[in-house]
Amino acid sequence: MTLTRRALMGYGAAGLGLGLLGGAPARAQSGELSIAYNVNLPSWDPTVGPSAVNPTIQGIYQSVFDQYINQEPDLSFTGGLLTKWGWTDDNTKIRMVVREGVTWHNGDPFTAEDVVWSLERAGAAETGNPIQFVWSKIGNYAIDGNVITADVLSFEPTLFKWMGFLTGYVLPKKYYEEVGAEGFEAAPIGTGPYMVDRFERNAFLTLKANPAYWGGAPAYETVTLKFVTDASSRVAEVESGASHITLEIPYEEYDRLRAKDGLTGTTTPVSDIAMIFINDVDPMLDRNVRLAMHHAIDKQAIVDRLLSGYGIPIDTLQTPEYAAYDPTITVGYDPEKAKALLAESGFGPDNPVRFKIQTTRGFKPKDFEMIQAIVGLWRRVGIEAEIEVYEIAKHFELRAADQLAPAAFYNWGNSVGDPATSTGFAMFGPSPHSVWDGEDMINMIGPLWGEADEAKRIEGFKAVDRKIAEDGLVIPLIQYVQPIVHSTDVTVTPHVSGALHPHRVKPA
Amino acid sequence: MTALAALSRLLTTLVTLFGVAVVVFVVIRVAPGDPIAMMLPPGATQEDIDRLRALYGLDKSIFQQFWIWVGGILLGDFGTSISLRQDVLQIVLGRLPATLELATLALVMAVALGGALAVIGTLRRARRTETAIDLWNGMTLSIPDFLWGLIFILVLGVVIPLFPVSGRISPQLDPDYLTNFLLIEALIRFDGAVIADLLRHMTLPALALALPLSAIIAQVLKQSLKEVMHLDYVMLAKAKGFSEVAVIFREALRNAVLPTLTLVGVQFTFLIGGTVIVEKLFSYQGLGNLAIDAVINRDLPLIQGIVLLFSVLFIAINLAVDLAYAVLNPRLRHG
Repeated sequence: MTLTRRALMGYGAAGLGLGLLGGAPARAQSGELSIAYNVNLPSWDPTVGPSAVNPTIQGIYQSVFDQYINQEPDLSFTGGLLTKWGWTDDNTKIRMVVREGVTWHNGDPFTAEDVVWSLERAGAAETGNPIQFVWSKIGNYAIDGNVITADVLSFEPTLFKWMGFLTGYVLPKKYYEEVGAEGFEAAPIGTGPYMVDRFERNAFLTLKANPAYWGGAPAYETVTLKFVTDASSRVAEVESGASHITLEIPYEEYDRLRAKDGLTGTTTPVSDIAMIFINDVDPMLDRNVRLAMHHAIDKQAIVDRLLSGYGIPIDTLQTPEYAAYDPTITVGYDPEKAKALLAESGFGPDNPVRFKIQTTRGFKPKDFEMIQAIVGLWRRVGIEAEIEVYEIAKHFELRAADQLAPAAFYNWGNSVGDPATSTGFAMFGPSPHSVWDGEDMINMIGPLWGEADEAKRIEGFKAVDRKIAEDGLVIPLIQYVQPIVHSTDVTVTPHVSGALHPHRVKPA
Repeated sequence: MTALAALSRLLTTLVTLFGVAVVVFVVIRVAPGDPIAMMLPPGATQEDIDRLRALYGLDKSIFQQFWIWVGGILLGDFGTSISLRQDVLQIVLGRLPATLELATLALVMAVALGGALAVIGTLRRARRTETAIDLWNGMTLSIPDFLWGLIFILVLGVVIPLFPVSGRISPQLDPDYLTNFLLIEALIRFDGAVIADLLRHMTLPALALALPLSAIIAQVLKQSLKEVMHLDYVMLAKAKGFSEVAVIFREALRNAVLPTLTLVGVQFTFLIGGTVIVEKLFSYQGLGNLAIDAVINRDLPLIQGIVLLFSVLFIAINLAVDLAYAVLNPRLRHG
């Protein structure tokens, strides 16, 4: 046997042929929508377990399940499976009107009983709903036709906002009781615009349009969500034409892809902000140090140079879309003022104040790079910060134990847009999410938890935000902008929550 | 292998597995990141935290948790995944076939490519071809598998879009198979469409995994072949007039392949380890991809289950290699 050049070439050709079996990969088909999604869907029950409080998954849930109350793309609230909702005048009861003519994906009629069962299940401690502390504040439900009334066991001003937020989903009582938790996980049904056709965990989800959807049948009969968690692979998916849409890719790639024929994109400021927590430990007990840290940061330069211009500098924990946003509260970039403040406390470039700052790396766009830039800006005015990189899981653990470093980078999502779920939880000492334990904040925020006068509550939180800015109790940095790249064959309506809803995608 | 040796091997395996169980259990609890802190909603009180902790059995001491876990394993219960809310064993065994098929295809590619390069390098030894092969081996070895993956995604997924860059099978195909060994079952059923689709999806990740291993195989096998080519029996075969190719395949390869076989066994376990990153890169629905998600979510029962299964797998592979070595090596076979 001799190995000739011809034989070698033959083997090579055979190998190539094997690789090319079936030709080029399937491209996104017309009439079908294919989305390269950035997260996996671990579990189908939107009311239990870690998935239930993962904001990035809510867009998938909202394709299959309806919420009690929906949110429009601008975060305003609108009817979901409830058409009317409200408190009685004395705030001792709530009244909800259930939408009529809705059916579950298996054809069963949707009823007020489904709503009550879902609320009771959410409020029961044994089901493991992470937001049980909200749902347990109402009880003693009564149904009269399509009207539900319930007693207010403990007044929670944000109750109805939670009905459009995490775990605020209506599940099918009859079906769930028939099939149980495992059966539901295997074959979930909802009342949403799409029905689950096929689900391969960590791989893809195929959805079929719900022709009987109360909000009108969606534009695409079939939608495939491919779970592509690596950003470079998502870029390849949309660039090769294998997917119509992708999201959460590096801004540089967004600019590059958008310039290509057949692709376009949208960038939308979303309800997710970058911030630096300040823990009230030495040297953060010094107001001058805290304010100097804030004044020394050129947020616009960070947005321009690190985020390709995609980001909005913010000075409070509220973004313009939130209920308590107050544009008059500002903390400007002023390095000279920062130097002066530090000098008052005996610090300067020759005698810098030293502390540790913690940050994630790669968890959010340019998170580590942002902190590097900030540390560089701080060094110019007399602040020497040592960077410690940690995983996001470590951040949660440290924050819950109130053991974060004096400064710690984090991103805070608040798609419900209420100040209680941003400033409230982030800055109220007793909250496991807050590391600032100052009495001022506790005294200002405490009364707002149960404040029934909505205008007064919102104004109260604005006052809190002003106090925070004046005392430098936290450093809000930027509002994130979400990049979505898509084929010119489709139009995408972005949602400020960051959720990508297939039913809001239409043919161009 | 005598009965005593087999018993000794079994005991060693059990001790190893217990050691792995202890280490993984302790390490993932000492490592930063609390699964309950990960799912804490805004506004949760200490009572809420305690309730969730008790719900997932994390309120007990680490010793109690360990013995509950070990006791469960002995009864076939590996616990319930925190994030997926399903039986851990069921999840892990469901994913294992995808990873095994990918790793096996990568191994076949690596052996074919490495073997071919070794043979060609031996045939063309001390010529430019051998230098070129050495250079190629050096390059493939110096580039890690995930980087090969990125290169393939760019070149063969985007610039010349010949292969899909994500997934294990096209969503349009829905094979109603009995097992998750889709490729094997498709081959048995002669299901051409599924075979082609699976191979198209597996080609790039398998090639990314195979290239570095192929370089190692090529180098070791080539060196062994070159040594064997100078032995008397090979020289005798040459003197009898056999061609160089015939001498390699009929005489030299059988002896030269033994060191490579041991190496392949060891490297195969590394290759399976490499699937963790490569599967993530290609969104391939295997055990590695699952492992990363489990770690990110601090899904303790699932991490434990995956690591334990990987350990069983590695032990099984090493055992298989030992047995194959004993069968192929006449000195061991005849005592």
